Amino acid sequence: MKKKHSLIIKNILVNILLSLGSLVFLVPFFWMISTSLKGPGAVFTFPPEWIPREFVWENFSHAWTVVPFSLFLRNTIFITVVTVIGTVFSSSLIAFGFSRMQFRGRSLLFGILLASMMIPWEVTIIPLFVQFNFFGWIDTFYPLIVPSFFGSAFFVFLLRQYFLTIPLDLDEAATIDGCTPFKIYWKILLPIVKPALVTVAVFQMMGSWNDFMGPLIFLNSQHNFTLTLGLNLFRNSFHTEWHNMMAISSVITTVPLLIFFVAQKHLIGGIALSGLKS
Amino acid sequence: MKAKLKSKDLTIKRGNRRKSNFQGYWFVMLWLVGFVAFSLGPLVFSFIMSFFRWGLLDAPVFVGFRNYIDMFTRDRLFWVSLRVTLIYSGVSVPLGMVLSLMLAMLLNQKIKSMHFFRTIFYLPSVVSGVAVSVLWMWILQADFGILNYFLSLFGISGPDWLGDPQWALTALIIMSFWGIGGGMIIYLAGLQNIPPQFYEASDIDGASKWSQFWYITLPMLTPTIFFNLVTGIIFSFRTFTQGYVMTGGGPLDATMFFALHLFNQAFLHLRMGYASALAWVLFVVIMIFTSLVFKSSPFWVYYEAERRG
Repeated sequence: MKKKHSLIIKNILVNILLSLGSLVFLVPFFWMISTSLKGPGAVFTFPPEWIPREFVWENFSHAWTVVPFSLFLRNTIFITVVTVIGTVFSSSLIAFGFSRMQFRGRSLLFGILLASMMIPWEVTIIPLFVQFNFFGWIDTFYPLIVPSFFGSAFFVFLLRQYFLTIPLDLDEAATIDGCTPFKIYWKILLPIVKPALVTVAVFQMMGSWNDFMGPLIFLNSQHNFTLTLGLNLFRNSFHTEWHNMMAISSVITTVPLLIFFVAQKHLIGGIALSGLKS
Repeated sequence: MKAKLKSKDLTIKRGNRRKSNFQGYWFVMLWLVGFVAFSLGPLVFSFIMSFFRWGLLDAPVFVGFRNYIDMFTRDRLFWVSLRVTLIYSGVSVPLGMVLSLMLAMLLNQKIKSMHFFRTIFYLPSVVSGVAVSVLWMWILQADFGILNYFLSLFGISGPDWLGDPQWALTALIIMSFWGIGGGMIIYLAGLQNIPPQFYEASDIDGASKWSQFWYITLPMLTPTIFFNLVTGIIFSFRTFTQGYVMTGGGPLDATMFFALHLFNQAFLHLRMGYASALAWVLFVVIMIFTSLVFKSSPFWVYYEAERRG
C-alpha cells in the first residue's frame, strides 16, 4: 500500500517535470506564431506580449506576396514530389537486388554501399557543382532531382532490412509460376513492404522540403528558388520585420509538422530502427 | 562418359548462375551508376582537384601540395574555423548526449502521457534548418528576444547573443539543445530493448535505483550511446546552416564554422582547388575522431550478442 502511494507521487513528479520541459520546448513555436500575428508596433515591446492584443492576419498575405512565395512553394512541391517518387522507386528496386537476388560480388558491393554513406557532402559537393555546371544543369532542378533516381544508400539499407524479413519461399513459388524477378518485386514484394516505403517517402519528403544546402549551391535565379531559399532571401532584405519573417517561418514549418503528426509511427519507428541496427 | 556428364551438369548450373548473376546486376545497376556518377567519381575528382589552383573559369594549374601548405601556414581562417568547430562539437555533442539521455530516462516510464511528451520533444527535430535559424535569431535578439526576457525575470541582463563575439558560439550551442529530441528517440528505443527481467532480478536482490542505472541501464545502453556519439560527431563537424543564416560566421569570425569557411572559399571566392583541399582535411579530421571512438569501443561498448556467442 505504501509502495503504491509513493509510486503515485513519483508519477506526478515525473509528469510535472516533463510538462515543464515540454513547455520550454514549445515556447519557441508559440513565440513564432504569436509574433507572426503582431503588428510592427507590437513586436518591439518589453516585456513581450504573449498573446497579441490584436491579430494581424495580413502579415501572412503581405509577407507571402512581397517576395514571390507562391512560386517558391510550387518549386518546392515539384522538387519534393519528384524526389520522393524517384527515391522510393529506385531505393526499393536496388534493395530488392541486394536482398532477394544472387549474384557474384553482392556482399562486396553492399559493403561499398554502406561505406558510401560515410563520404561527406563537403568532399563531393565541389566536383558535383563542376560536373553539373559542365552538363549545363546549374540553375535548373536537375541537380536536386536526378540523383534521387539512383537510390540513396541509407534508404537502400533500410529497405533491405525489411526485405530480409520476408520468407524467400514466396519468391520461389512465384518463380515456379513463371514470374520474372521484376514482377516478383513489383507485384508481390512492394505491397508487402508498404509500411517501409511510407517511412522512406516521409523521410525523403522532409529532407527535400527542408533542404537548404542543395538549392543554395545549385540554384541562382529567383524564379527557381525553393521556400528555404526564399526565407533566406526575405531575411536578407527585410531583416527587422520579425512579424513577417515569423509568418513565413510558421508556414514553412507547418508542412513538416503535419507530415510528422500523420506519419509519426513510421518516422519514429524508422529512426529507432536505423539507430539500433547499426 | 561419366566425366562428360558431370561437366555438362556443371555447365548447366553455371549457365543458370550466370543468368541470375546478370539479373541481379540489373537490379543494382541504378545504384552502381549513381554511385560512380555522384559519389566515387566526385570523390576521386575532388582529391585530384585539391592539388590544383582553379577558379572554375580559368584553366586549372597544378600546384602540388601548395593548397595544403597554404592552409596550415597562411590561412588564418583555417585555424579559426577549426577551433570554432572543435569547441562547438566538443561542448554541444557531450552535453546534448547527456541531456537527451536524461530526457529519454524520464520518458521511459509507464505513464499514459508518454506518447504525447515524446511527440513534443521530438517536434523541433522535424522543422527546417533555415526556419529554425530565423526563429532563433528572434529568440536570441538582444532587446526584445524572449531568452533575454526570461533572464531579466531573474534579474540577469542578457548579452547581445549573436552580436557579441564572446557569446555568439555559446548561443548556437544553447540553440542546438532544442534538437536533442532526435537523440532522445534513439535512446528511448535502446532503453525499451533492455529486458525487464534484469530489473526485476536486481529488485529482488535489493539493488538501489542508482546501482540499477549504473550496472544495468548504462552498460546495456552503450551500443546506443556509441551510435549517438558517432553520428553526433559527424553531424556537428559539418554544422553550416546556423552559421550561414544567423551570423554569417561573425561577429569577428566567432562562429566561422569549418564548413562555412569551405563554402565561402568554393562558392564566394571560386577557389575550387583550395576548397577541395579543405574538404579533405575536414574528412580526415572527422575520420580521426570517429576512428578514435571506434578504437575505444571495445573498452566501453557492451554487446549482448557477443556475450551470448
